[in-house]
Amino acid sequence: MEPQQPVLEVRGISRRFPGVLALDHVDLSVRASEVHALLGENGAGKSTLIKILGGAVRKDAGEILLDGQPVDFHAPAEALAVGIAVIYQELVLCPHLTVAENVLMGHLPRTGGVAIDWRAAKARVAQLFRTLGASVPLNAPVGRLSTAQQQMVEIAKALSRDSRILVLDEPSAALGQRDLEHLFRVIHRLRERGVAVVYISHRLEEVFEIADRATVLKDGRLAGSWPIAEVDMRGLVRAMTGRDLGALTAVPAAPDAPVRLELRKLGRRGAFSDVSLRLRAGDVVGIAGLVGSGRTEVLRAIFGADKPDSGEVLIDGQRVHFRSPGQARRRGLGLLPEDRKTQGLLLNRALRENVSLASLSRFTRFGVLRLRREDRAVRDLMGQLRIAARQPGQLTVSLSGGNQQKVMLARWLARRCGILLIDEPTRGVDVGAKEEIYRLIHTLAREGAAVLVVSSELKELFMLCSRILVMREGRLMGEFSGATLREEDVVEAMLLGGTDDGPATFAAG
Amino acid sequence: MDLQRSLPADRATERRRRGIDLRDILARYGTLIALVLLVIVATVLSPRFLTTANLMNVLRQTSIVGVLGIGMTFVILTAGIDLSVGAILAVSVVLLGGTLERTGNIWLAIAIAPAAGMAIGLVNGLGVTWGRVQPFVMTLGMLGIARSLAFLYTGGEPVPILDMSFLRFGIGYIAGIPIPSVVFLVLLGAAALVLHYTPFGRYIYAIGSNAEAARLSGINVRLYTILVYVLSGATASVAAILYGAQFAAAPAIAGEGYELDAIAAVVVGGTSLFGGQGGVIGTFLGALIIGILSNILNLTGVSPFAQPLAKGALIIAAVWIVGRGQRA
Repeated sequence: MEPQQPVLEVRGISRRFPGVLALDHVDLSVRASEVHALLGENGAGKSTLIKILGGAVRKDAGEILLDGQPVDFHAPAEALAVGIAVIYQELVLCPHLTVAENVLMGHLPRTGGVAIDWRAAKARVAQLFRTLGASVPLNAPVGRLSTAQQQMVEIAKALSRDSRILVLDEPSAALGQRDLEHLFRVIHRLRERGVAVVYISHRLEEVFEIADRATVLKDGRLAGSWPIAEVDMRGLVRAMTGRDLGALTAVPAAPDAPVRLELRKLGRRGAFSDVSLRLRAGDVVGIAGLVGSGRTEVLRAIFGADKPDSGEVLIDGQRVHFRSPGQARRRGLGLLPEDRKTQGLLLNRALRENVSLASLSRFTRFGVLRLRREDRAVRDLMGQLRIAARQPGQLTVSLSGGNQQKVMLARWLARRCGILLIDEPTRGVDVGAKEEIYRLIHTLAREGAAVLVVSSELKELFMLCSRILVMREGRLMGEFSGATLREEDVVEAMLLGGTDDGPATFAAG
Repeated sequence: MDLQRSLPADRATERRRRGIDLRDILARYGTLIALVLLVIVATVLSPRFLTTANLMNVLRQTSIVGVLGIGMTFVILTAGIDLSVGAILAVSVVLLGGTLERTGNIWLAIAIAPAAGMAIGLVNGLGVTWGRVQPFVMTLGMLGIARSLAFLYTGGEPVPILDMSFLRFGIGYIAGIPIPSVVFLVLLGAAALVLHYTPFGRYIYAIGSNAEAARLSGINVRLYTILVYVLSGATASVAAILYGAQFAAAPAIAGEGYELDAIAAVVVGGTSLFGGQGGVIGTFLGALIIGILSNILNLTGVSPFAQPLAKGALIIAAVWIVGRGQRA
């Protein structure tokens, strides 16, 4: 590769928020046709940096050069106009409008300058998706598409404006393996067309797979920037966290430990069927599977969030029929849902209220809350789980992903809940906090909790679990533990199972 | 999720905020500051404003809408709305007047009002939860139904209330405070305590903040949502009792448009229409602000035609200012 003038150069950017220096003289240099990974723990300043690039936040100091020319944005539209498109983690599409309308929003082709030329619009959008190698139904309302497809719509939208710099904020967070591979193919195509891609992810394996260069931020400062060939995973983790990642190994429960949770041929029409498993006190068991394999639905059915329609659930050997999460809670179950922001947290309420939400009866006497007792319990849990927050009154929305996830764990620990169902324990959580959460789960198991974990990240399941069940299209495909626990076998069961290849979320072509 | 994006930085966590944060102060104390400013302006504009008699008058006039506002606050905290409170007030007051006229039994009349209000609130709650009808639509429909029931009951003739021992509630004083205001303040205190010191209060905030999260934490979201509408029906009936005692009549048009005044008090008081944030103390301040504004417009002889204009502008301004703070 010949040395090239960077297409985007950021020099000495700073941004201060009330009481916080979010960015402190950060530099970033991105070349055309480069996939540039932007890494850092939550709170390192990545979000602020890309919001400045996207025109959503103003910089206090420093400069942005585009092809060597200084630029300054007052609004997202201005950044788009010069060719910088930022695709945020939470996609901003209009769910009721069609794919075509979303892609061309604001610049639909017109006939005679008045009426919208729908035929030209559709042809244009179809062309864009062909360029991307993605097939998405153009007339469908965007709200009905999968997350992966919606992401493609966002990318097509950026492409339709001839964006030269595409910023992807954790695009893989909500994608399964197959969709991820497709996303990578799309990124390769974009790179061939000369587009520079800034790629943010917490999954380092992805970075090594896709990126040409990595820049690491830590505490608002530049920690370093290297061609990907010159660093290894260990080095990146050290740059991000300032320390080394320890090794973790899962220990299986004692064979004579009591069975806390048992499923017998549990099924729910349209979601999963014939799921049987046993979970002993001290067990951490994982369920692997692609998005849509029914793994989340199993957890929800156990917890009474959805009703199973066949089979049995047994708690401590006793049959139960939970008609609501409240009943499951009373029997000592706790669920950490897949998406903590929409299903788990009260974002605009205090940390304290989030932690004690499921255990208020512990702090109530004669119908009155004993706030001091609650405060003490919450502070204890904050210390135990090392939740980084100023005080229990802090708004949950202002916590980092890792701390939010710890709050979810704390909610069930406050109940001393003995059977934990955890869906995606570390989605959107940075490397350092991930490890802490793994250790916490291990500690809980050692103290006698039974834990059932669902995850899209195999690495995570291997670190956490002594036994992994694989689901595919609503069925258990296999169980791996001890000597049979090998990554290749698990992946094979996930992708191939015993039956045919199955429908992909979308077809490449 | 938008909340998350508008945050200054994900890292506010790690570092302590220093110095004075103007937006934070506005978000917390905006309504109180507005009230203080308004009192200062009113005192300058009219020498009669800051007299005990006038202030008691303001407090009395604020009581009915204030009581409606208490139930409304609970509903809005769950991210709902109750447009039927004015109509519930009408149903309750005509039943109260009718019972009083027929039986002469004050206590029976006073008991029948909340029974009616809570029954209508229950229907609202069931419609919103089991029926999955949006709160706006459910209570808009109920507004029409209840108002109509009140007219059908009276046949269009207002029922006069002549029982002096009942009318004492409207004109009497306890410790120098008008009885309707005492009722308002007692209910207000009770509501503030419930919101702050009981699991019920916490569940209301939780439901308004994120109903699915509340459900998955084992909270019976339907039950508490129903209770909130029943509570709103109950406060509407208490407002009906105050209405009957103050106006010595029970017309079917009673309380027309009061739902909007109650919503205005809640909103000016800083409670978010999206639920999960706010409280009844804010509603109290909001009701006072609106009451003082009307009062000072009357005292300074502003045309009655211009008064809604001033009120409307005030509501928008108040919410704009508080909203700027909350966006921080």
